[in-house]
Amino acid sequence: MVSAAAVANRAPSNGLGLEVKNLSHAFELGGTSLPVLNRIDLTLQPGESVALLGPSGCGKSTLLRLVAGLETPLTGEILADGQPIRAPDPSRILVFQDPTLYPWRTVRDNVALGLQARGLLGSQRERIDEALAKVGLTDFRDAYPRQLSGGMAQRAALARALVNEPRLLLLDEPLGKLDSLTRIAMQSELIRLWQQQRYTSLLVTHDVEEALLLCDRVLVFGNRPARILAALEVGRDYPRHRNDPHLVELRQRALELLGLGSSW
Amino acid sequence: MPTSSAELSRQGTWRSFPFWGTGFVAALCWVAFALYSTEAPNATRDWPYTQELANLSLGFAALLAVIALLPGRFARKLRPAGKWLVVLPILLGLWQLATAKQALLPVPFFAPPQALLEVYAEDWARLAESLLHSLWLLLNGVLLGAVFGFVAGISIGWSQRIGYWVHPVLRILGPVPSTALLPICFFIFPSSWGASVFLIALATWFPVTVLTWSGVASVDRAYYDVARTLGASQRFLIFRVAIPAALPHVFVGLFMGLGASFSVLVVAEMMGVKAGLGWYLQWAQGWAAYANMYAALLVMALLCSGLITLLFLVRDRVLSWQQGAVKW
Repeated sequence: MVSAAAVANRAPSNGLGLEVKNLSHAFELGGTSLPVLNRIDLTLQPGESVALLGPSGCGKSTLLRLVAGLETPLTGEILADGQPIRAPDPSRILVFQDPTLYPWRTVRDNVALGLQARGLLGSQRERIDEALAKVGLTDFRDAYPRQLSGGMAQRAALARALVNEPRLLLLDEPLGKLDSLTRIAMQSELIRLWQQQRYTSLLVTHDVEEALLLCDRVLVFGNRPARILAALEVGRDYPRHRNDPHLVELRQRALELLGLGSSW
Repeated sequence: MPTSSAELSRQGTWRSFPFWGTGFVAALCWVAFALYSTEAPNATRDWPYTQELANLSLGFAALLAVIALLPGRFARKLRPAGKWLVVLPILLGLWQLATAKQALLPVPFFAPPQALLEVYAEDWARLAESLLHSLWLLLNGVLLGAVFGFVAGISIGWSQRIGYWVHPVLRILGPVPSTALLPICFFIFPSSWGASVFLIALATWFPVTVLTWSGVASVDRAYYDVARTLGASQRFLIFRVAIPAALPHVFVGLFMGLGASFSVLVVAEMMGVKAGLGWYLQWAQGWAAYANMYAALLVMALLCSGLITLLFLVRDRVLSWQQGAVKW
């Protein structure tokens, strides 16, 4: 079992510690209340990488939006380093399934967004080029988003997040819309970036293999209203291999928890 | 990019033998028009400036012939217009035939092309003054209307509290044709010029407001989420997200507003303002100077088309990130 202890033994992290306590949330839809999250409890150690795995529409993305501070939970608490989250903050950055680059800005100006919003553009301009280099988009810095492929656009979105040196990176199915080859390449990229930057990472995905390849811990969510069915400790060093018998076994367990055990 | 083998071979012949056939044919047509103008007998009377018109078209023909023989960058730019350069003298010839030569159209009401030339040569000072007056009036009105429309549209789109007050005004006042308010405005305003500026502004304001509003309202929510997680303030969300995202709509509004402003301008000048192209039209009609009317109409057409072209140039620059925008 690699757990909190093993995570703590890694190189020191400037990541954020996250605590979600007894969190419930619901949407108002045409007068009726639709529960999406039901009494979620979870804890992320600084620098840990955790995946939220579950069927689509189960409320995982809502959990990310709550952690990002874009919405306020109905009941329960979310603590970042012990402080309750009330509003969005550049230390916690959300990367969406769609790159959502601004079409009127070049790649470079899109990446500059966070620095510009906080008035740091003048003093820290060089960080833009560093971020572009990190995701391998230096040659495309003057391109407009419409000129990028899906994979490149998602890299640009990652650079736009990383330029702010987030302490918690929230990834909402960031590879969900990419073709399978690009996705495999981007998975290694995500691991590399996480290892370099030492942020805490919370990944929402419905790809079992992706969750097991990328994360220390995989939390399996049930159907809406979402609650955590099980926590799987992966306990393998990086780089991991898809055919590692331990991962294959974990994948089988995860699928069984999701009611798909017989389909693999 | 050549799209077919036929096109490829045609480009090939251009390169090896750069003589521009269409340009040469066009030159011949302009010569023919000049000869027809001077040599064919007139139906009712001789028109002044016939010789000058012929000289102009002969000069143009010579220019075309030179360009057709000596191709350079300019000739290559002119080439796409080749067919129009052939058809234009033919149309002018038909005009000449229907008016001066055969008098097929009732005589005092339809002037031949040389009569327009006469107006430009003799009355250019008054025409130029009218043009400047119109431009100045239009500039004041359109700028005021566009600025207020832009601000109103952003406010309604952004703030429900402002929308509560502006929206009903927009719904009641906006669709009323500005020209219908002309009599009242001439009465209320101290000068007819001020009244016209107000009405042109009103005509521009309405479409700019509605389109800016719809532009702001249709901005993808995710754009705001992205900016908010990156630490953006309200100010940043308005000026760096909402406004750039709404700009394509704003330009459609400006286009519509400019079109509406033209008609208000002309009506205002015909009814109250004692200057401008609209006034010139009215004045020419009063004196039964029909050639002057056509001359002024032509200037007006060029003015309106020129302003729209200018707007599209600005748009193409500002929205260069957009793909497949309509070319004016």
